[in-house]
Amino acid sequence: MAVNGDLEICDVAVIGGGNAGLCAALTAREAGARVIVLESAPRHYRGGNSRHTRNLRCMHDGPGHLLTDTYAEGEFLSDLLRVTGNDTDDVLARLVIRGSAECPEWMRRFGVRFQSSLRGTLHLARTNAFFLGGGKAVMNSYYAAAERLGIQVLYDAEVVGLDLIDGRFRAASVLINGHVRTIRARAAVIAAGGFEANLDWLREVWGDAADNFIIRGTPYNKGTLLKLMFDAGAQSVGDARECHAVAVDARSPKFDGGIVTRLDSLSLGIVVNQQGERFYDEGEDFWPKRYAIWGTLIARQPDQIAFSIVDSRTAGTFMPSVFPPIVANSVRELATLLNLPPERLETTVSAFNAAVRPGSFDHAVLDDCRTSGLSPEKTHWAQRIDSPPFWGYPLRPGITFTYLGLKVDRRGQVLMRGGEPAGNIYAAGEIMAGNILRKGYIAGVGMTIGTVFGRIAGGEAARHAGR
Amino acid sequence: MPAGELIRQGQHVMTVCNACRYCEQYCPVFPAMENRLTFATADLTYLANLCHNCGECLYACQYAPPHEFAINVPRTLAEIRAHSYEHYCWPRSLGLAFRHSNLLTGAGLAAALIAIMFAATLVVNGGRLPRPVGAGDFYAVVPHDVMVILFGGVFLFVLAAIGVATVRFWRDVQAVTPPPTRGPAAGVRALRDVLTLRHLHGSGADCTSAEETRRPWRRWFHHCAFYGFLLCFASTSVAAIYDAIGWRAPHGYGSLPVLLGTAGGVALLVGPAGLLLQRRRRDPSLGGPAQDGLDQSFIALLLLTALTGLLLLVLRERAVMSALLIVHLGAVLALFLTLPYGKFVHGIYRAAALVAYARESRV
Repeated sequence: MAVNGDLEICDVAVIGGGNAGLCAALTAREAGARVIVLESAPRHYRGGNSRHTRNLRCMHDGPGHLLTDTYAEGEFLSDLLRVTGNDTDDVLARLVIRGSAECPEWMRRFGVRFQSSLRGTLHLARTNAFFLGGGKAVMNSYYAAAERLGIQVLYDAEVVGLDLIDGRFRAASVLINGHVRTIRARAAVIAAGGFEANLDWLREVWGDAADNFIIRGTPYNKGTLLKLMFDAGAQSVGDARECHAVAVDARSPKFDGGIVTRLDSLSLGIVVNQQGERFYDEGEDFWPKRYAIWGTLIARQPDQIAFSIVDSRTAGTFMPSVFPPIVANSVRELATLLNLPPERLETTVSAFNAAVRPGSFDHAVLDDCRTSGLSPEKTHWAQRIDSPPFWGYPLRPGITFTYLGLKVDRRGQVLMRGGEPAGNIYAAGEIMAGNILRKGYIAGVGMTIGTVFGRIAGGEAARHAGR
Repeated sequence: MPAGELIRQGQHVMTVCNACRYCEQYCPVFPAMENRLTFATADLTYLANLCHNCGECLYACQYAPPHEFAINVPRTLAEIRAHSYEHYCWPRSLGLAFRHSNLLTGAGLAAALIAIMFAATLVVNGGRLPRPVGAGDFYAVVPHDVMVILFGGVFLFVLAAIGVATVRFWRDVQAVTPPPTRGPAAGVRALRDVLTLRHLHGSGADCTSAEETRRPWRRWFHHCAFYGFLLCFASTSVAAIYDAIGWRAPHGYGSLPVLLGTAGGVALLVGPAGLLLQRRRRDPSLGGPAQDGLDQSFIALLLLTALTGLLLLVLRERAVMSALLIVHLGAVLALFLTLPYGKFVHGIYRAAALVAYARESRV
C-alpha cells in the first residue's frame, strides 16, 4: 500500500468490516487487487451485526451433510415474496437465491466451519446452514484469511467523509486515533450497515418513542455512509420506518445484547400493555414466523413497554431467557411487581380465562386452543392462566436492523438519483438489503444477501480497479 | 474467588449460554447445559469437569469481555473445576494445603522426602551412603522390606484418598444426571472419548491455543503423558509381580519392566515437557490462575520422576546410583502423595463426567 503523508492509496477500499465487507475484500484480493478494510469498531467488536448472526439461508438441490432434503429456487423465492408482500426486485432476488447455493463451499475455503445438519436447536436444518460457533466465529475466520492474503485492516477507523466527483469515488476521510486520514482508492465497496444504532436518526423517524428502543446489535451502525451517499445524490430504497424489531427483555443492555435478550414466551401466554390490556393476537401464527412483528407492535404501545405473562403450566417450556422472570403467587401481586394497575390486569386475565375454549394444546401445530368473544382474540395456544406461580417479563422493542438503503444494480453498483450508476462505488450487505426485502424477514437471508452481494461487489470493484 | 461468588459467576455464564446456544456443537458441555434450566453447584461441577478447555467457545463468543456480560466459559469452568478438586478431596484439610502455590508445595514435599530419606540412609549406614558391590543392587541402598512397606503404604493411602474423593464427586454428579443405563454402552463411549481425547478435536479441528490458531500438539503431548504414565505404572506392576514370585530387581535391559519403564519414562519426559511449553504459548485468558499451580506442580513431579528414573537405568552400575535412587524414590513418593490433591484427579473426574454425559446424551 503506497503511503504518502496522510494519504494511503489502494485499489479497493472496503468501508465496513462485517460479513459483506469481508466477502468483498476477500474476493477483490483474490482477483489481485490491493485492498484496505476500514472497520469503525475496535478489534473486539469487529464484524458489525454479523457477529450476532447464526446461519445463512441457502438453496440446494439435494440433501447433503449441511442441509437436509432440497430447497429449490422457486420455494426460496416464494418464501421471500410471502414475507415481503411481493415487494422485491425480482432480478436481484433471484441473483441472491442462485448465488446462495455456492456460498457454503466458498465460505469453507476461508476456514468457515458449519454445524452438521443432524443436531441443532432450531428447526431450520432444511433451509439454513448453521455456522459452527455462530457469526463471530465466521468473522474470526474471515479476518484470519484476510491477514493471510495480505489485506490491510484498519480498526477504530470511522469514515467521516467521502470525496466524490461526478458520482465517482476518489477518497474517504477516515478518523483514526483522533486524526483524519485520507484513503484514496480506485473503487469503493460500501458495506457499512444500516442506521439502527444512530439514536438521533431513530428519533427523527420514530419521535420520542425511539428513546425506549433497545438496539440488539452493534453500536457502530450509525448510518454515516447512508447519509453521506444520500447527500452525494445516491438513490434510496426502502422506508426509514421499516426495520426488523422483536420483543426483547426490557432489562437488556441498550446496545449489543444480541440473541439472548429475546423472549419466546409471548405466544404461550398473554401480552399486555402498561394499562394491563391485551392488544394483539398472541397466537396468530407460529412463533418463528411472528416474532419479528412484536418489536413494532410494542413500539406503538404507550411508553413502548409491554409484559408477557404466563403461568406455571407453560413455565419452562420455552427457550430460557437471560433475565429471570418476575414471579408472583397471584395475578394481583404480579401486577404490583410489574407496576401495572392490579384490578385491570385481574380483569384482563379473568376475561381471557373465561373466553378460552376447550381444545387440545399442541405448540408444534396451529392447535384448536382459542378464545371466543374477546377483542383481540387469541387464535391458537390459548390456555387459561390460573395456575400459580405467575411469571412476568417486561418487554421493549428490540431493533435488529433497518431497511432504508442504497439502490443498486445487479453488479452491486450504487445507483444515483438520475438512475445512472455511480462509476466506481459498490454496495453490499445490510446497507443494500432493502433492494431485496423492504419489510418482513426470513431467517438467515441477511447473511445470504451479504455474502452474495459482497462477492459480487468485491469482484466488480477489483475489475473496475483494473485487476 | 470465594466459592459462592464462583458459583454465582458460573450461573451467570451458563444462563447467558443457555439463552444463546451458538456453541452447541463444539463439545459436550453445551448439549449437557441445554438439558438444564437452572444451574445448581452440582450441575456446574459436572459441566466444569466435562469441559476440556479447548477454547473455541471463548473466541466464538459475542459476549466475551469486554462485553458487559463478560462471558468466558473456558476460564469460568476452569476455576470451578479447580475448586471442585479441592472440595471433593479426602481428607479435606490436605486439599487446603494445595490451594495456594501448589508448585511450591509439591516441590517442597519432594525436597523434604528426599532429605529425610538421605538422612535415614546416612544414619542407618553410619554416616555414609552405601556403595553396592553388585551392579544395580538397589536394595543395598534402601532395604527391600523398607521399600515394600513405604511404597505399599503410600499406594494404599493414595488409593483410599482418590477412592473417597471419586465417590463424593460421583454421588453429586449422579444426583443431577440420569440414572445408570443397562449394558456397557455408555461406559464404552466414555472410555473411547477418554482414550482418544476426542473432545480436544471433537468439532473436526484441533483445539485452539489462541484465536484462529488450532494445533494438534496439546492433544499429542497429553497422549504422551497419559500413556507414558500408564506404561510406567505397568512397569512397576510387572516388577511387583516379579518380586512377589521371588524375581528381584535389578532386571536386565531386555526385561519387561525395563522395556515398559523406558518407553513410559521417555513418553513422560516428552509429554509433560511439551505440555509445559504449550501452556506458555497458550492465550492466558483461557485458564484461571488456580489451574496454573496445579498443572505446574504435577508436571514438575512427573518430569522429575521420569528424568531420575531414566538416569537411574543408565547409571545404575555407577557409584552415583545410591544418591540417584534416593532422589528418584523421593520424587515418586512426592508424586504419589500429591496425586489425590493435584491435577491428576482431573482425569478421574473428567472420565466420570463423560460417563454421566454418555448416559445423558443417549436419551
